[in-house]
Amino acid sequence: MNKLKSINKRSWLSSPYIVWIIGFTVIPMIVIFRYALTNPDGGFTFSQITAILDPVHLRALVFSLEIAVGSTLVCILLSYPLVLAMRRLNLGKQGFALFILILPMWMNFILRVLAWQMILSKNGILNFVLKGLGLEPLAIANTGTAIMIGMVYDYLPYMVLPIFNAVAEIDEDIIEAAKDLGAGGLTIFRKIILPLSIPGLLSGIVMVFVPSMTSFVVSDILGGGKLQLVGNIIEQEFTKNMNWNLGSGLSVSLMIFVLISMAFTMKHDVEGKGSAIW
Amino acid sequence: MIMKKRVVGVVLLLALCMGICTTGCSGAQEKKGSLTVFNYGEYLDPAVLDMFFEETGIEVKYEEALTPEEMYTKYKAGAIEYDLLCSTDYMLEKLIKEGELQEIDIDSMENAENIGDKYWEFSEAFDPDNQYTVPYFWGTVGILYDKTKVNDPVDSWGVLFDGSYSGEIIMQNSMRDTLSVALKALGFSLNTNDENEIRQAYELLEKQKADVQAYLVDEARDEVVAGNAALALVYSGEAYLGKEYNPDLEYVVPKEGSQVWLDSWGVTKNCKNLEMAMQFLDFLCREDIAQMNFEYIYYSTPNDAVIEALSEEERADETLVPTENATENCEVCVQQEPEVVELENELWKELKAE
Repeated sequence: MNKLKSINKRSWLSSPYIVWIIGFTVIPMIVIFRYALTNPDGGFTFSQITAILDPVHLRALVFSLEIAVGSTLVCILLSYPLVLAMRRLNLGKQGFALFILILPMWMNFILRVLAWQMILSKNGILNFVLKGLGLEPLAIANTGTAIMIGMVYDYLPYMVLPIFNAVAEIDEDIIEAAKDLGAGGLTIFRKIILPLSIPGLLSGIVMVFVPSMTSFVVSDILGGGKLQLVGNIIEQEFTKNMNWNLGSGLSVSLMIFVLISMAFTMKHDVEGKGSAIW
Repeated sequence: MIMKKRVVGVVLLLALCMGICTTGCSGAQEKKGSLTVFNYGEYLDPAVLDMFFEETGIEVKYEEALTPEEMYTKYKAGAIEYDLLCSTDYMLEKLIKEGELQEIDIDSMENAENIGDKYWEFSEAFDPDNQYTVPYFWGTVGILYDKTKVNDPVDSWGVLFDGSYSGEIIMQNSMRDTLSVALKALGFSLNTNDENEIRQAYELLEKQKADVQAYLVDEARDEVVAGNAALALVYSGEAYLGKEYNPDLEYVVPKEGSQVWLDSWGVTKNCKNLEMAMQFLDFLCREDIAQMNFEYIYYSTPNDAVIEALSEEERADETLVPTENATENCEVCVQQEPEVVELENELWKELKAE
């Protein structure tokens, strides 16, 4: 009886969350699915969802995949050296390093992307510096590379933090023991640090892959409107073409795609203990 | 008990004073009513709204949108009942056709004659009998270019398509504006419903894409000002500001003709107090008010009284007062057939996917 009471109490506490979820996740999802499964006249159809197979949409999806996979890989390659370096720092310096990493996130994300536009543009800061050094200017502005730089810059902390959490938990004794048994730095990384940081790595991958797969602002600003991700097409269908059905259909297809990739990640995650960050 | 009464008395007195203040401190005017006005961002001098309240006692609730499409979506969502709105030619046409605007008696407006005949004629493209809309600002679409980078005088759209300024061109990130240029370059009407003509224009844009640095909207001007690009497709109002920032820039409306755009006011069907709405429209046409808005926005005004009061130099500036010559071959954008719009949307996506 007592137990039942305390459960009731707890579920009562979650009611604001339930209201929030219903109002801002469940109902909008129902609306999106309703649009996605009808044509503009209101008749039932699957064609909005299968529209993702249209060559133009498919090309945008493949390009989104390329950008998302590329950004995720670059983030991983940048994160591990950083995390390993941070691991050696004492606690105070570690806090400071994390603070520096998170600091840019206090500023609006669109402003930071706009700053990259200024850096990468033809007469921008990067080319100004290159010219000063007597080097050839680079034409990065409005290319896939520019979009990827923007994504990596924006999402890097989401990769570093979970990996750092996982790596920081590794017992120093294990590494000492490995060293005693004659393991070199590379072996330690391969046999100890990498396997033990997998849960962090996986949640990092999801947190970088999903937003870069679905983003449209970064590609709009740094791609100069010449390149389009699926997100750009969806945005255009909603705001310019007034075709909410197609926009919703493509959103649902994208959602399915993201869920599949997440399920893939989760499957591998069960072996580890799973990171609580997302 | 006495103490308590005294406290209540003080509170009542305070409340009374505050009441007097909120009604009395706002000036001589008493609030007689209110209008909900829907306009583009930064498209009206805020001081005009205060003056309107001072003179008429009508409070304006002001709402903003960024693009015609956003305005349409917000309007249709119906969360706010707008009394008046200012939108662009083709969007007004859509609203008129859907019966969203109500007929207004333009002759009853004292200051309507300040608006030149030419602009009422432009309006006829989407409002055939001048029954629904009052012109507010207008302009052309043309090429803003950097004289230090473009050697030959620019007078034709050809300069954007002949490949001689590869990587130096900025087009508008809007299907209609960019497609209009290609149609005009080929000598077609920008309001064509002919699929063949549209496909030809698309092929031209497809070939041009390699030479285009970017498709932008508001930043198009800034990129030329900053020297990142040599030529950009811009609205005349943007070109005026561009020339202010960088004196090396020049603006031209190519001889093949271009798009004339017109932003006008209309009264929605939801408007309960037509008299107040008309008062507001009339107020906007008054010379001093139109002058204030002109100096705030610096787009071309259809208000002849304001144009006459301009300095010699300003009147000669084609970005402020487009010449008859420049607008001779120009057209106002009107709604195309739904199938054509769909085709254009498809082609636009294809162009971006290339």
